Amino acid sequence: MSSSSRETIFTNLRAALPESSPLPDLPPSGPWQTFDDPFARFCEVLGTVGGDCQRVATIAEANDQLAKIEPYQAAKVKVSVVDGLGDSTIDINAIEDPHDLENVDYAVLRGHFGVAENGAIWVTDDTLKHRVLYFVPQHISLVIPASQIVNNMHEAYDRIEVGKHAFAGFISGPSKTADIEQSLVIGAHGARSLTVFAVDEL
Amino acid sequence: MSHPTLAKGFVNNKPRAQWHDKALWFVREKRDRMAHGVPEWEELRQQASAIKIHTMSQLPNYLEQFEKNAKALGVHVHWAIDGDEHNRIVHEILQQHNVKRVVKSKSMLTEECHLNPFLEKNGYEVVDTDLGERIVQLRNEPPSHIVLPAIHIKKEEVGECFHEHLGTEKGASDPNYLTEAARNHLRERFCSADAGITGVNFALAETGGFVVCTNEGNADLGVSLPKLHIACMGIEKLLPRASDLAVFLRLLARSATGQPITTYSSHFHGPREGSEMHIVLVDNGRSGILQSPEFRRSLNCIRCGACMNTCPVYRRSGGHSYESAVPGPIGSILTPLKTPESHSSLPFACSLCGSCTDVCPVKIDLHHQLLAMRGFLDRKKLLGMSKKLSMKFVSGLLSHKWMYTTAGSAARTALRWLPRFAVYNPLNGWGKQRELPEPPKSSFRDQYAAHKKQSGDKS
Repeated sequence: MSSSSRETIFTNLRAALPESSPLPDLPPSGPWQTFDDPFARFCEVLGTVGGDCQRVATIAEANDQLAKIEPYQAAKVKVSVVDGLGDSTIDINAIEDPHDLENVDYAVLRGHFGVAENGAIWVTDDTLKHRVLYFVPQHISLVIPASQIVNNMHEAYDRIEVGKHAFAGFISGPSKTADIEQSLVIGAHGARSLTVFAVDEL
Repeated sequence: MSHPTLAKGFVNNKPRAQWHDKALWFVREKRDRMAHGVPEWEELRQQASAIKIHTMSQLPNYLEQFEKNAKALGVHVHWAIDGDEHNRIVHEILQQHNVKRVVKSKSMLTEECHLNPFLEKNGYEVVDTDLGERIVQLRNEPPSHIVLPAIHIKKEEVGECFHEHLGTEKGASDPNYLTEAARNHLRERFCSADAGITGVNFALAETGGFVVCTNEGNADLGVSLPKLHIACMGIEKLLPRASDLAVFLRLLARSATGQPITTYSSHFHGPREGSEMHIVLVDNGRSGILQSPEFRRSLNCIRCGACMNTCPVYRRSGGHSYESAVPGPIGSILTPLKTPESHSSLPFACSLCGSCTDVCPVKIDLHHQLLAMRGFLDRKKLLGMSKKLSMKFVSGLLSHKWMYTTAGSAARTALRWLPRFAVYNPLNGWGKQRELPEPPKSSFRDQYAAHKKQSGDKS
C-alpha cells in the first residue's frame, strides 16, 4: 500500500515541476540585526516573554540566588544537573521511566547559549537523561555562560549542529497560552516559571 | 452551505461580531509591532519566499533526501496519498503498539484528514492538548482559526464548558483559573497516554529531522512520556537546510501572534531510547496543486494565520463560515482547489483589498490567487446564476460606451430620487448592512472634460 502510494506521489510531483529557481545564500553575518549589548537585549526580551535573567559571577552566587526563589523554597521534589547549584531529591540517572518524573517541582538544567533577539536558550538532550525535565517540572532554571549570547537566529544556527541530538530546541520563557480571549496566562502545561542564571565564570 | 449563508448568523449578532473583529485586530497590531522591530523584515520575507519557491521546484529530490536521512536516524517513514490513507496508517501504528489513549498537539493536517473522528470511531481516546483545541473539542466543534482555535469563544462560555466537563465552579470566567483547571485535567491525560501525535512546522531535508513549535509545551509533554511519537506532515513542509530555520523561526511567531519566537521550538531527530518515532508524509492534493502555475505558491504557506488576523472578511464573518480546516484568505484558495463544488463561494467573499498579501511572511500573492480562483471556478462552471448573469450584464455594459454612459447617468439620477425601499431591497446585496455612497452630480467623464477646459482656458 504505502510503497505504491510513495511511487504515485513521486510520479505526480515530477509530472509538472515548477521551473528551477536558486536557493538563496544565507550568510550568518548577513544583513541581520545585531545589538550593541546583546546580553542586555537578551535579558530584556526574556523579561517580556515572562522569563527572568539573573547575572551572577559564579555558580556559588547562583546557588545563593536560587535559594531566594520562592518556588524553589517551596519545592518538595527537586532535580539539578549542575554541580554546586541546588539540590536533587531524586537521582534521575537511576530512573528508567520518565513517568516517574511527573511530580518534579523544580529542575535546574543546562543551556548552551542565549539569543538576544528573542530571549531563547538552546538546549540539548545530552545534558540530561530524560528530556521531559524541560517540560514536566512545575518550575525550571537554565544555566548558561554569560559570555554566550548571540545576536540573532542566523548566528545561532551557525554555531549548532542540527541533527546531532535526538532532541534539542530553543526555550524562550515559561509555558504560556492566550487561548482564552487572548488573555496571557503563564503556566499552560509546562514550566510555570523560567529563571536563567547567566554565569560569568562557567 | 455557502459562505454568505454561514456568515449571516455570525454577522447578525453585531456586538459579538465586533468583539471578534477587535480580538483579531489586536493580534494583527502585535504582529505589526514585532515586524517593525526587525529592520530586515522585508529581506527575511524575501528570503523565505525564495527558499520556499526553490524547495517546491525540487520537492521530490528533497523528499527523497529527507526520507533517507530520517530512516538513518531510526525513524519509520510512511507515505499517504490522501487523508483516508493517512488515517489508516496512524491507526495501524497505534494497533501495533496496543495503544488506547492518544494525546495530540495541534496539527492542521490531521484536522484536514479528520483524524480525530476516525480514531474515536475506532475506539481510541484522543485528547487535543492545545488549550484552544481542547476547548473546541469539549464543545464538539471544529477550530475556527489555525493558530487561535477558540478565538470565537468568550471566557464565560469556556467557563460553562469547563464547569460541565472539568467540574470547575459555576459561573467562573477568569482565564487564570480556567487555564489552571485545564492544566490539571490535561496533566492526567499526558501522564496516562500511550502515544503522542504531533504536527510538523518544518522538516529538514538535510538532516531528516523536524521542528515543532508551541507556546504551551504540549507537543513536548505529549511525546516525552509515552514510547510512541507519530508526526504527521504535509509534503510541502520541507526546508532544504537547517540554517533555513533561522529565517522561518524569525518570521513564524512574529507573524502569528506577535511574539519574538514561540516558547518551545523543538528539534526532533530520531526516537528517544526505547521508543519509536514515525513520520507520515501526506499528499492529499498537494502534488496536484504543485502542477498548477496559478496556485502552486499557496503551498509555501507556513500556517501562521497572519492573513486571517488581517482579513476584514474573516474578522467579521468568523472562521466557521469557511467550513474548512484552514479558513481565511489562504483557506479560500486551498479549500476550493480541493473541493471546488462545495466551496465555490469562498473566493467571492474576498474584497481583494490585498492586506493578506502584505502581511504574508512567505509573500504568497494571496489576493491575486483569490482573483484567479474565481476564474478557475468559472471554468469549472461552478458560478451561481446571479454571479453569471451580473457578470454578463456588466461585461455588456462595459463594452459599449453609449450603454455605459447612459447607465451611469440613469443611476446617478435614480439613486438620488428613488425611494429607499426601491434601492435597499433583497435584490441589492450591496445594500445589506451598508449605505451606498451618495451619487456624484456629474460623471467622471464630464468632470474631466470640464477640468480640462478650465485649465486649457488658463494657459
